[in-house]
Amino acid sequence: MPRPFHPEGAGQLSVTPSESVRRGAERELEMLESLLALGGLVLLRDSVEWEGRSLLKALIKKSAAWLVYHDLFRDPLNWSKTGEALPEGPLGALRAMCRRTNPGPVTIALDSLSWLLLHLPCTTLCQTLHALSHQDSCPGNSTPVEPVHVLGLLHEELHGPGPVGALSSLAQAEVTLSGAMGQASAHILYRRPRQRPTHQTQWFSILPDFSLDLQRGPPLELQRHADPHTPPVDPTTQLTFNLHLSKEEKEAKDSLTLPFQFSSEKQQALLRPGPSQATSRIFYEPDAYDDLDQEDPDDDLDV
Amino acid sequence: FSLWSGSIWRGKLTLLCDAKTDGSFLVHHFLSFYLKANCKVCFVALIQSFSHYNIVGQKLGVSLTTARERGQLVFLEGLKSSVDVFFRSQEEPHPLQFLREANTGNLQPLFEFVREALKPGDNAEAAWRCPVLLVDDLSVLLSLGVGAVAVLDFIHYCRATVCCELKGNIVTLVHDSGDAEDEENDVLLNGLSHQSHLILRAEGLATGFCRDVHGQLRILWRRPSQLTAQRDRSLTYQYKIQDKSVSFFAKGMSPAVL
Repeated sequence: MPRPFHPEGAGQLSVTPSESVRRGAERELEMLESLLALGGLVLLRDSVEWEGRSLLKALIKKSAAWLVYHDLFRDPLNWSKTGEALPEGPLGALRAMCRRTNPGPVTIALDSLSWLLLHLPCTTLCQTLHALSHQDSCPGNSTPVEPVHVLGLLHEELHGPGPVGALSSLAQAEVTLSGAMGQASAHILYRRPRQRPTHQTQWFSILPDFSLDLQRGPPLELQRHADPHTPPVDPTTQLTFNLHLSKEEKEAKDSLTLPFQFSSEKQQALLRPGPSQATSRIFYEPDAYDDLDQEDPDDDLDV
Repeated sequence: FSLWSGSIWRGKLTLLCDAKTDGSFLVHHFLSFYLKANCKVCFVALIQSFSHYNIVGQKLGVSLTTARERGQLVFLEGLKSSVDVFFRSQEEPHPLQFLREANTGNLQPLFEFVREALKPGDNAEAAWRCPVLLVDDLSVLLSLGVGAVAVLDFIHYCRATVCCELKGNIVTLVHDSGDAEDEENDVLLNGLSHQSHLILRAEGLATGFCRDVHGQLRILWRRPSQLTAQRDRSLTYQYKIQDKSVSFFAKGMSPAVL
């Protein structure tokens, strides 16, 4: 029997004997509760650098007391033709899940949606996911059915913005994985019906037994970098030569006019050459052997 | 690097990737490493001839000819056998069958070849340690007309058989086209990166060619395990390729500049 799961958090959480009550357990359950409380699709977006499979496993571990594993890994495309593989492959398996009869709460984890997106048309996948997560509105079903939670892992870099956007619009919650300094973080976007979307950023790490360890904030080094009180290191302190200027040197430097700087004084001086201006002139006195011929000043024309 | 010699490193996919440089030295390294470690190796060599790998292998201390003769190495020489495809009747399956098909369907014949090569034998050749699949390289399959999804499916099936069933390792090389905006190659590279346990990325230096430092190697562990603390996920070294070995050093610590 799947463990009863009350999404409103009315205090009816049953804890199996194998779990020990830890201080962080409350906050952990809070994050997971909010992720799994909404029926529908929870999209886990990961990247090459920050992988999301561990988080998916942690979520599976938390949300399910009874796990059914559909092995579509070994032969998804029916290459072995032994008859062991499911007919119609993964899509057939998903469609079969749409027609469930068990009214209890069900969590379906898909590893990964990227595989399905690469092999199936985007529209088919979106329709199947929609049918999966909205089973409570099945016609002809008189008893109210607990919502289906679908956890899908999506590798962001593999797909264009179109398919990713389509899946994102189907999702009730999106968890984007990133991190800094070796510490992973999840940016969660909730889309609750009839409410504004809300954001939450949670730093976490996954322990070897796939339980979540939530951190309060970004890692210590990141916080330290943002601290404005640490003085920057002065690079001019330990040199063998002098980079500083004395007071007189500074004054002389500031009062120096650059030769090619065109200031207004220089402009005035050039426009009105006054008698105080010492213009340079050439004084030339030809001696006896000089023959100044204007038409041949260098005396090299062979005329 | 001593990580790989332990018995814990089994059933893993290692992705070799190069960007703006030639990462084939990593392929030669892994080939000689696994042969020396007494593993059964299936080498799908699509880029160079057998003698090329043999010559480099001899510098690194292994003889591919000997390994092939005693059954330790199964070598698919792509350059030679691609011509055989056209001189065979169509009924006989050939690993490189896709070259002959107009719409390149899938790489199932190649997978069957790999599975046949690495399946454990019934006689006493259980002397070999874990099976290893080495592919040089996967990007060329895209140039030959195979779709990126088909290549990913091929590696998926190889992983299911070689890594999970036979507890062996896979090492494969993919080129990163970088700015060349090759969408198919990007899908292949990213798809493989998500499937890998370890990514070794050889990059040229950002400042250009240098005689003493040939490039930079980035190591990224993707699946956290007991082996790696969270901090050690990513390391960067610089390297210089020498005649018989490759020397690694920390960034900026090349003996030539110190």
